[in-house]
Amino acid sequence: MGLSVKLLKKVNGFTLDVEWEIGNNLAVLFGFSGAGKSMTLQLIAGLMKPDDGVIKLNKNVLFDSSLKINLPPQERPFGYVFQDLALFPHMTVKANILYGAKGLDRVERQARVKGMIEIFRIEGLENRLPSEISGGQKQRVALARALMRKPEALLLDEPFSALDNPIRLEMRSLLNDIRREFNIPVILVTHDIIEAYTMADRIIVYAGGRVKQVGSPNEVFGAPAGPDVEMLVNTAGTASIPPGTNLHLN
Amino acid sequence: MSNPVFFPLRLSFQVASVATLLVMLVGGLIAYLLARKNFKGRTLLDILITLPLVLPSTVTGYYLIILFGRNGFVGSFVYDWTGWSIMFTWYAAVLASFVVALPLMIKTTRAAIESVDENLINASYSLGHSELETAVKVILPLSKKGMLAGVVLSFARALGEFGATLMIAGNIPGRTDTMPLAIYSLANSGEWSSANFMVLFLTLISGFFLYITNRYGMRTV
Repeated sequence: MGLSVKLLKKVNGFTLDVEWEIGNNLAVLFGFSGAGKSMTLQLIAGLMKPDDGVIKLNKNVLFDSSLKINLPPQERPFGYVFQDLALFPHMTVKANILYGAKGLDRVERQARVKGMIEIFRIEGLENRLPSEISGGQKQRVALARALMRKPEALLLDEPFSALDNPIRLEMRSLLNDIRREFNIPVILVTHDIIEAYTMADRIIVYAGGRVKQVGSPNEVFGAPAGPDVEMLVNTAGTASIPPGTNLHLN
Repeated sequence: MSNPVFFPLRLSFQVASVATLLVMLVGGLIAYLLARKNFKGRTLLDILITLPLVLPSTVTGYYLIILFGRNGFVGSFVYDWTGWSIMFTWYAAVLASFVVALPLMIKTTRAAIESVDENLINASYSLGHSELETAVKVILPLSKKGMLAGVVLSFARALGEFGATLMIAGNIPGRTDTMPLAIYSLANSGEWSSANFMVLFLTLISGFFLYITNRYGMRTV
């Protein structure tokens, strides 16, 4: 069970060449911007086509270049939250969430949207447009919409990057609740070291289109494998970790 | 004998309305293809469709004769099968208006479609919605302002079409004399009062359409 990927993709002189797998836990794709993290998500979701590789989710093959299997994004069971959230600006909050209910019957759709509005504390906002709600609220709507279709895995592309710190903390705890509630693999893309450290079961460190290290947060931050990871941990560390934070636990 | 002022007026609106309807359907589809699809001959199609925007409309009309005339590439088949030719009918005026208005619809609509955030389209796909559903429920509502601008400009252009219409529909009083053609005849024969009325009318209505496109923030072309 879980998600396993092996991807090769060349675009405009950049080469992404990665291979990793995760179980029903939260994996953070960690690295500087331009390391290929978001591209990985797009390839997994079917929004871009790998030149070569295999993508498997819970034993189902979504993509296999040698077998010429390439499911369209519509048939890949992912909940995808985009960096800018991609809420439809012309639809109300409720319509946005309902748009994620493709394939569910009428009764289930209504019950599920009600449940989502409750879980994500969106009550009272149903009839507003995305432009009329706050950043944190938009976040919750995007998560609710992504989970409507009962995805088998969640792909989150720096979903908290646009938020203020207090709301970020709230969103992180919400994400932990979601993991308990839905029990599916979650791939979280971030370049925020605290986010990586506090949220991840496993960290997959990206640099220059390659995986440099895979491990628990303590393994990665305690024993960075090679100069790339070390630099990433150090640079990111000085930039966003408050003084006194002990990253070298154990 | 039909009224020499009101017949052209009615005919012009009839021709422009039908042409605009066709322009909406065909232009919308081609704009979508040009904006979102990569296919062989895309650049060529783009150039061919844009040509009537820069060519003298008599040249556009000339090509239409070559294509749809009784001895034309398409026209000869139609004539052999049905004994009918589009030449010198009001349908020919529709065809002429359609061809010259089409690039305006395509340019504005294409720009509007291209301005829709790619992530919204991706989000729709990954939420399980097909390309058609996404086009109707996401792309269309988000680019409708640009499309509306295209429709209004197309209608104004269709209403004012002269050269190509003259070439393939002729200037037959009571049959194919749209307003611009009637104005030409009236001026030639020195009937200034009727000409003044039509000129003023066309100017006002075209100005009104431009006002509408500006008013609703649809600055284009």
